[in-house]
Amino acid sequence: MSAPDPTVAIQGLIKRFDAPDGTPFDAVDAVSLTVRAGELTALVGPDGAGKTSLMRMMAGLLSPDAGTLSVLGIDVRADPQSVQDRISYMPQRFGLYEDLSVQENLDLYADLHGVPQAVRRERFGRMLEMTDMARFTARPAGKLSGGMKQKLGLACTLVRSPDLLLLDEPSVGVDPLSRRDLWKIIEQLIADERLSVIVSTAYMDEAERCAQVFVLNRGRLLAEGSPEALRRRAEGLTYVAEPVAGLPPRDVQARLIDDPGSIVDAVPKGGRIWFIRRPETDEAALRALLPDTRFAPRAPELEDAFMLLLHAHEDGDGTGGTGTPAHEAAGRDGGGDIQADDDAPVIVVRDLVRRFGDFTAVASTSFDVHRGEIFGLLGPNGAGKTTTFRMLCGLLPATSGHLEVAGRDLRTARAQARARIGYVSQKFALYANLSVRENLDFFAGAYGLSGARAQDRIGAVIDQFQLDPRAPSGILPTGYKQRLAMAAGLLHEPEILFLDEPTSGIDPLARRAFWRTITALARSGVTIVVTTHFMEEAEYCDRIAIQDAGRMLALGTPAEVRAQAGGDAADMNAAFIAIVEQGRVDDRQDRHAA
Amino acid sequence: MSGRSGFHTRLIALTRKETRQLLRDRSNLLVGLLLPFALILLFGYGLSFDVENAPVAVVLEDRSPGARDIVAGLDGSPYLAPVMVASMADAEALMRARKVDGIVRLPVDFSAARAAGDGRVQLIVNGADSTTATAIEGYVNGALQTASLHAADRAGVGARGGVTLVQRTWFNEAGNSRWYLVPGLLVLVMTLIGAFLTSLLIAREWERGTLESLFVTPVRPTEIVLSKLAPYAVIGAIDVVICLICARFMFDVPIRGSLLLIIFASLLYLIVSLLLGLFISGATRNQFAASQMALLASFMPAMMLSGFVFDLRNVPLAIQIIAQALPATHFMQLVKTLFLAGTIWPIVIKSCAILAAYAVLLAVLTRRTLAKRLD
Amino acid sequence: MAAFLPMLVPILALIRKEILALVKDPANRTILFAPALIQALLFGYGATYDLTRVPYAVVDQSRSAASGEFLARLDGTGVFRRKATLASNDQIADLVDNGDVLLALSIPADFERRLSAGETAPIQVILDGRNSSTAGAAAGQIGTIAADYAASRGGAPPIVVERRAWYNPNLESRWTLMPALIAALSLMQTLLIAALSVAREREQGTFDQLLVTPLTPIQILIGKALPSIMVGLIQSTIILLIIRFWFQIPMNGSYGLLYLGLVSFTGAGVGLGLSISAVSLTMQQAMLYTFLIIMPLMLLSGLLTPVHNMPELLQILTYINPLRWGIDLVRRVYLEGAGFTDIWFDFVPLLVMMAVTLPLAAWLFRHRLS
Repeated sequence: MSAPDPTVAIQGLIKRFDAPDGTPFDAVDAVSLTVRAGELTALVGPDGAGKTSLMRMMAGLLSPDAGTLSVLGIDVRADPQSVQDRISYMPQRFGLYEDLSVQENLDLYADLHGVPQAVRRERFGRMLEMTDMARFTARPAGKLSGGMKQKLGLACTLVRSPDLLLLDEPSVGVDPLSRRDLWKIIEQLIADERLSVIVSTAYMDEAERCAQVFVLNRGRLLAEGSPEALRRRAEGLTYVAEPVAGLPPRDVQARLIDDPGSIVDAVPKGGRIWFIRRPETDEAALRALLPDTRFAPRAPELEDAFMLLLHAHEDGDGTGGTGTPAHEAAGRDGGGDIQADDDAPVIVVRDLVRRFGDFTAVASTSFDVHRGEIFGLLGPNGAGKTTTFRMLCGLLPATSGHLEVAGRDLRTARAQARARIGYVSQKFALYANLSVRENLDFFAGAYGLSGARAQDRIGAVIDQFQLDPRAPSGILPTGYKQRLAMAAGLLHEPEILFLDEPTSGIDPLARRAFWRTITALARSGVTIVVTTHFMEEAEYCDRIAIQDAGRMLALGTPAEVRAQAGGDAADMNAAFIAIVEQGRVDDRQDRHAA
Repeated sequence: MSGRSGFHTRLIALTRKETRQLLRDRSNLLVGLLLPFALILLFGYGLSFDVENAPVAVVLEDRSPGARDIVAGLDGSPYLAPVMVASMADAEALMRARKVDGIVRLPVDFSAARAAGDGRVQLIVNGADSTTATAIEGYVNGALQTASLHAADRAGVGARGGVTLVQRTWFNEAGNSRWYLVPGLLVLVMTLIGAFLTSLLIAREWERGTLESLFVTPVRPTEIVLSKLAPYAVIGAIDVVICLICARFMFDVPIRGSLLLIIFASLLYLIVSLLLGLFISGATRNQFAASQMALLASFMPAMMLSGFVFDLRNVPLAIQIIAQALPATHFMQLVKTLFLAGTIWPIVIKSCAILAAYAVLLAVLTRRTLAKRLD
Repeated sequence: MAAFLPMLVPILALIRKEILALVKDPANRTILFAPALIQALLFGYGATYDLTRVPYAVVDQSRSAASGEFLARLDGTGVFRRKATLASNDQIADLVDNGDVLLALSIPADFERRLSAGETAPIQVILDGRNSSTAGAAAGQIGTIAADYAASRGGAPPIVVERRAWYNPNLESRWTLMPALIAALSLMQTLLIAALSVAREREQGTFDQLLVTPLTPIQILIGKALPSIMVGLIQSTIILLIIRFWFQIPMNGSYGLLYLGLVSFTGAGVGLGLSISAVSLTMQQAMLYTFLIIMPLMLLSGLLTPVHNMPELLQILTYINPLRWGIDLVRRVYLEGAGFTDIWFDFVPLLVMMAVTLPLAAWLFRHRLS
């Protein structure tokens, strides 16, 4: 039993911040935990769980208000610099110098960590190879796509082999391909150098790779153990349902998730619905809930255990901080009264091209979106999704091609046309120093709502998204910022809603709530165009398109796209990777042929 | 690894990074190198208190030869350009239209009164521009007294018991205002580029999140401060040279003190000024606030309170104390002395000591704003 | 009106948001309004060309009743303050060099004898020319005192120049300078606020959000310009109040006309700021461009040195400087009580500048590609 010294030993750690109204709250609330050396350890939890504060304390950037904290045997509070000399830390938003090139960023961090020249060459070579960035060493970091930036951030963090590696949500906003690469690098380093790694993540499949998982919620440590041990907590509670033909899976999912008394969680997956019953719900009750649908038990996953833990904690606590927003209010006056009487598409895109200099961001793209449809635009970082989006919203002129949103090109349309769309941009783009209420007041006014109507709508979205009107929006947790952005985008009840990566950095709980709102909106006739990096979310869409390097690789219902990827691609993630990789092979062959 | 050699490696790496960032953004070079050159040219030529050929309306109500003699004195002044006007009403109209800067009126009884020892000339100036008005008053007074003395000489009356002032202006014999404005510009330029170039450096890194990554490396706060100082100090040093060359060869301002000392003092002040910018940047952590503060804390005080144009001897005690607290004031005094008066050691030592103290104080304060803490 | 109202709602919402964003943070509020107050007081006292204290040294080799009387007259002014009475001329250099005294007087041993003999008695005056304006002014005053003194001893009667200064009877430089500050001080900050307003939204990504709303560029322009103009006018008002009631400089013109002028002037400044903002991609760029133009605007405006002392070419250049017209306008209205017919020409360049910069900024909002 000669266990090596723990990498991190925490006893009764408390970090207190002031809430916007001045009352102090504990971001980290009496947490005690031990991280073993040479292992991959995960911190998982919803927004505001205290993951980032905990990591920053380990890195010596925040000082705890109480408790003891030792990292690598050093008391961090007493000697943060010694810890910082030995660890590497990648913050959520890694601070790349955007005006410096890839190589210059790497050099800088290698110098700062005192990596000897001899070691450096080998190390850089490996990093560049692993990140597949050898071709881009001269490119300024600011010109890289989101996923590449994240990989470069990781490479800069790993210019030397630290005694402890801290990664704070390294895969937020990163596409599945880059995410796979990122993890390949981390796992290889653990294998090669027996690195101790602590990673915080919102992806349960990532936590599943770890030896030890800590589940946090609102500052509290809820559970710890190996993924296997945690998974067992959901044993016997998990099922899979097969909807009858013609019934969209998301409708079945909605029916399940709307009964929180019996069901903990439900998600559509590969055309079926995975759900978790509450321990006190028996199978007879399930059958009553799903009279015409066949369902069967399935093996539990870590995500199931996570959802169970969180629900138990929130229930025990009474008021749910991450509760499901009410969704019915989203409908227009009773919902579903907008008939699909005209089958004419709401959005028409024909041979759309956008070039920046000699770089083609979007190449000859065509698609239609119909009223009340949820249309998903998927693709790796830098595929041209955002450019397509910006053209649709009228923020960027197209180089050539035809483009119609609600019958017009928004770029040249009169202002009133823009009143019919809502737009939620990739990064939180509301006024950070204004309160929630002030932001909503402004956008209500900007959309021409005034008087009682404005008050009604603001009140409605505040209720719908369970927002605190007085909170300053800049310091809201990511999930709430995102809700606020949605609320602002829906104030004027747009006919068409554009959502650019609305769920990046959002925990699974909040994502469920978010999609419940989206599906309710779609049912009431709102057309929705959405991009996402969570491939399982593509299952909520009526149709999806996959873009890469500006080209359209696939277009169809989720089932059709899975079929196009080949029979063995059971889930969307695998299908996506298969299609993009095939697309890149074809592209290379085309270029060789030409 | 974190010993002395680590310090060197890291400092060089950080400095290289800052230099690259500096060179990549063209607006930095624009402000750093072109602006000082443009400023010194523009203001060297543009700023002047020296009134030349100021138009003055002359209303000669007394048309006697004596009166004409006196008025002829105005013609002789290089500063004044008299215009004969028929009536007071005409003259006032000209002045209202800003065609003339003053009116000289010799009343009908001027000669008679003068003979009685009470010659009075009326001068009307526009007080809305008191600088020009005061200058004109001086010139008119001087010209008329000289003319009066000459007239008396010719008449053989003699300057009985008169007092003459034998005036010698040290350091600036010709009283050329450019001689003191141009060295002052050196101060303004150093203040400006220091504050403008560095006041966003740390705030920007806070806003973009790059400091968080930097903090969790073996980097020490002192290294960050030094690396942000070095490249901008080089730019500033180039500006010092540009300013000195312009001052000496374009505006012919003499350099009577030690050139070496001027350069040394300028570099010292440059460091103070750069550190002030860095300190503002680190203390505000916010680009909006930092830019406002830099503008308010550097440019205006240096222009208005450092003794650049307004002589500090004339201001109330409280303002003098505030002015003495500004590094710019001490550098201003030193630069003017070194340019015009020569190497006067008591001033050199006092000013340099104060500037050095400021440099140390600001360096310590700036370093403190970079304590590796996010809370 | 009914058709007008829907257009007004978004503008009002935008104005409200802009003002909130500016004044929400207490630190920001301080930074917006305290500097105007502090600077007006500081510069009101500090920025003066009027001699109030002239330290001097004297070498009185005459030590006579005549020289004593002359020096008494000098000390009696309250302006000239004797710092040292020296034994010999050799001691002068040190005091002048170190800046301890502004001037030194040397009265020769035969001063009284010459005066009594009806000869001209010379007094040597050595001035520190490091600030030649002060030196010149001090020399002028000593000259007047000497002439008076000579006249009192029955010397040649000097010509008395009776000076009458319009609008500023005592020719106080504060009266000239302070009204100019009403325009100059507020310009700096309003320019920067306007310049940062759009750049900040671009940097933070909120500008796209704004562009997808039904707000037209004109509405955005009005919404962005009015709060900046308001801040400028409030700052001007603070300075105006200090000048009027603290320094008690009389206001001779109409407040209505003054504010009409200030609105046009601030509008032109904000237009310039918004144009800078619309071409800038980052706050840093906006700030550097603002700094780039602020110094020429200040120094070539007639604030410190008169415009007509500048070379012809630079004088023409000042035509595009809103501050030149703003300062002229404020001085004329405030001090001279000028009416609209006297100053209409100041409005022309200001209005032209607004007519160019504001539409330019509005056009750039949408056409500046990132």
